[in-house]
Amino acid sequence: MQDLEQFRADTRSWLEENCPPTMRTPTKSDKDYCWGGRNYQFQSDEQRLWMERMGARGWTAPTWPKEYGGGGLTKEEARVLKQELKRIGARQALFSFGISMLGPALLKFGNEEQKKRHIPKIVKGETRWCQGYSEPNAGSDLAGLGTRAEDKGDHYVVNGQKIWASYADEADWIFCLVRTNTEGKKQAGISFVLFDMVSEGVTTRPIRLISGASPFCEIFFDNVKVPKTDLVGQENAGWTIAKYLLTHEREMISGFGAASMRELGDMAVEMLGLQDGKLADGVLRGDIARQDIDAAAFMFTLERTRDEAKAGVSLGAVSSMLKYYGTELNKRRHELILNIEGMNALAWDGEAYNNGALSRSWLRTKANSIEGGTSEIQLNIVAKHILGLPG
Amino acid sequence: MALVYTEEEQLLRDSAKEFLEERCSVSAFRALRDTGNIDGFDREVWSQMAELGWPGILVSEEHDGLEFGVVGAGVIFEEMGRTLACSPLLSTAITGAVLLMEGGNDAQKQTFLPAIAAGEKLTALAVDEGPRHAPRAVAMRAEPTNSGYSLSGSKQFVIDGRVADTLIVVARTSGEPGDDAGLTLFLVDADAEGVTVTPNQMIDFRSADNVNFANVQITADAVLGKFDQGAALLEIALNAANRMLAAELLGIAEEAFGRTVAYMKERKQFGVPIGSFQALQHRAAQVYTDIELTRSVVLKALQSEGPAVPMLTSLAKAKACATAQLATNESIQMHGGIGMTDEYEIGFFIKRARVAQHTYGDYTYHADRVARMKGY
Repeated sequence: MQDLEQFRADTRSWLEENCPPTMRTPTKSDKDYCWGGRNYQFQSDEQRLWMERMGARGWTAPTWPKEYGGGGLTKEEARVLKQELKRIGARQALFSFGISMLGPALLKFGNEEQKKRHIPKIVKGETRWCQGYSEPNAGSDLAGLGTRAEDKGDHYVVNGQKIWASYADEADWIFCLVRTNTEGKKQAGISFVLFDMVSEGVTTRPIRLISGASPFCEIFFDNVKVPKTDLVGQENAGWTIAKYLLTHEREMISGFGAASMRELGDMAVEMLGLQDGKLADGVLRGDIARQDIDAAAFMFTLERTRDEAKAGVSLGAVSSMLKYYGTELNKRRHELILNIEGMNALAWDGEAYNNGALSRSWLRTKANSIEGGTSEIQLNIVAKHILGLPG
Repeated sequence: MALVYTEEEQLLRDSAKEFLEERCSVSAFRALRDTGNIDGFDREVWSQMAELGWPGILVSEEHDGLEFGVVGAGVIFEEMGRTLACSPLLSTAITGAVLLMEGGNDAQKQTFLPAIAAGEKLTALAVDEGPRHAPRAVAMRAEPTNSGYSLSGSKQFVIDGRVADTLIVVARTSGEPGDDAGLTLFLVDADAEGVTVTPNQMIDFRSADNVNFANVQITADAVLGKFDQGAALLEIALNAANRMLAAELLGIAEEAFGRTVAYMKERKQFGVPIGSFQALQHRAAQVYTDIELTRSVVLKALQSEGPAVPMLTSLAKAKACATAQLATNESIQMHGGIGMTDEYEIGFFIKRARVAQHTYGDYTYHADRVARMKGY
């Protein structure tokens, strides 16, 4: 306990000294998120400094081992760090699929050389990663993927197409599922490989979405040469890694619904006012209360499952439940914001409406229950793997 | 505090489960109902619960209780929900004990608490005067007399009213119905002249009775807690009771759902188990998720202390009401025709769930309370 309080005091003074003032203000839009990587255009020097300082300390990945550049913190220390960051309203220093998805899989399945080469650059924000999972004909049926990797001795030659890869056009490297065997069970012919996005034969094309943004891309592979040193785990054993990584992706996405956000009740009171001490619109009041109750129960479920899971143990099928509920909750929240704000929330442009931030965020949430496995797929997993239902 | 049960609480769960399965199974509940029991519970089982110390689960050691705490009590209620065990635990060990511990003077504590902990004295909280829980709406008056007070009025759906030795009556000593101030609690002997109990037969077979008070004379030392300021004391006891009811509803939902999933694997139509149909699988997975959410918020509420209690109590009760309603409705639908029969046990769960939901505030009551506390 004493040590933890000392850690808190040290952390507090380090943050006081190292977190630049503008990094203690709320982000205004997605543009303020720092993604790092070779080609990232920093919004400001302070944004760059904040990422570099946190990265150098390993605090962008607080619980990862120190030997690979991580923070080496215990779970308790990491919680203290989180609290102290929250206390000063610090922005997240680095948004990274390397941290939220690839890292945990690489720490578990990667060889020593791969960990030494890739993990420190992830922690420091030097390499930005994207995910090559879905294909035009392999969405919910992910294991049906067809991107081929042909064995050429010391390397593979990859041909095929990926889709829905977030920010692939800005990524430096890709973690990618490829088919190395077309015979037998489809899950047993998949391998997990890493390669540089500037490799010859890689092209990306952003896809414009209903929100007007283009966060997702198509990627085309035309005879891309991938050295075998970047095969993670054994050949044809990539499905296990893919699934492990998916549980982390689901945990990340399920967190969207639990992030500390503005109270819907406050928004509604500001918009509609009170009548006899209650929100003037009684129907909306009931809807908001239901959302608050479910959101609280969900937040405590995240807390409970974390407390139950021993350090390093994956949540497995429970992450499907969290992903399903967290994303549906987030969609409901954004529908309620539309109900509260009315036409304000349907504006597409204009300074007065923050350039349509509400409508665009609302549209973005529709993907929450599709990406990382649809809600229906998550319910299938719960039914089969937790409830043991047949078929 | 980590959101998990301690080893001690886990041991208590194991022993509670074992006892309840042996002595208070769902078939024992059916037998109780069918053999013309008039108390709404089995007195022999109650004395065995007393041997285990359950009536004194919250009572301080100083007064011969177990002082095990709210989480432990919640564990017992969750397990009682699973087997539909009937007992006066809520009225006596929770509302009665909490009111006396928090509001009683030394003499009252000495008189009541050891007897409650021993299972020898039963209490009942007489608060509501209508079919919907509304503690502030109390209109019944206590008029001052030369030696104390005179009570007149009637209370409805008093849990365990017919078996209580002592009624804890909420009456108005000033103000108007709807006011927070002006409520006072009184300890009234159930045998006192002018007290009439009219039993109600509820769908869950338990006691929730109407009690009439006609010029019931009580002495000044019958006041429990602060005069005119009983609302705060009452709220403490209702928060405790609602957390127990939330735990019981969780147990009911778990058991009804567990039985339903087992049935889905067993029951065949079109040559396959009905549990292989995706239409049912997805609904089952949704019920499962809601039960998991309820488990978290109930445990959080049980662990809460101090100013966090009212909000967490209402979050937990509201969520437990919604989940128990969903789980019991789905359990009947997924059982099909057999779920509608009295012969099959699944129907017992929906009946107990609804009464527990409406006891001391249903979903809307607690959702409204959440909204008020959050300022909208």
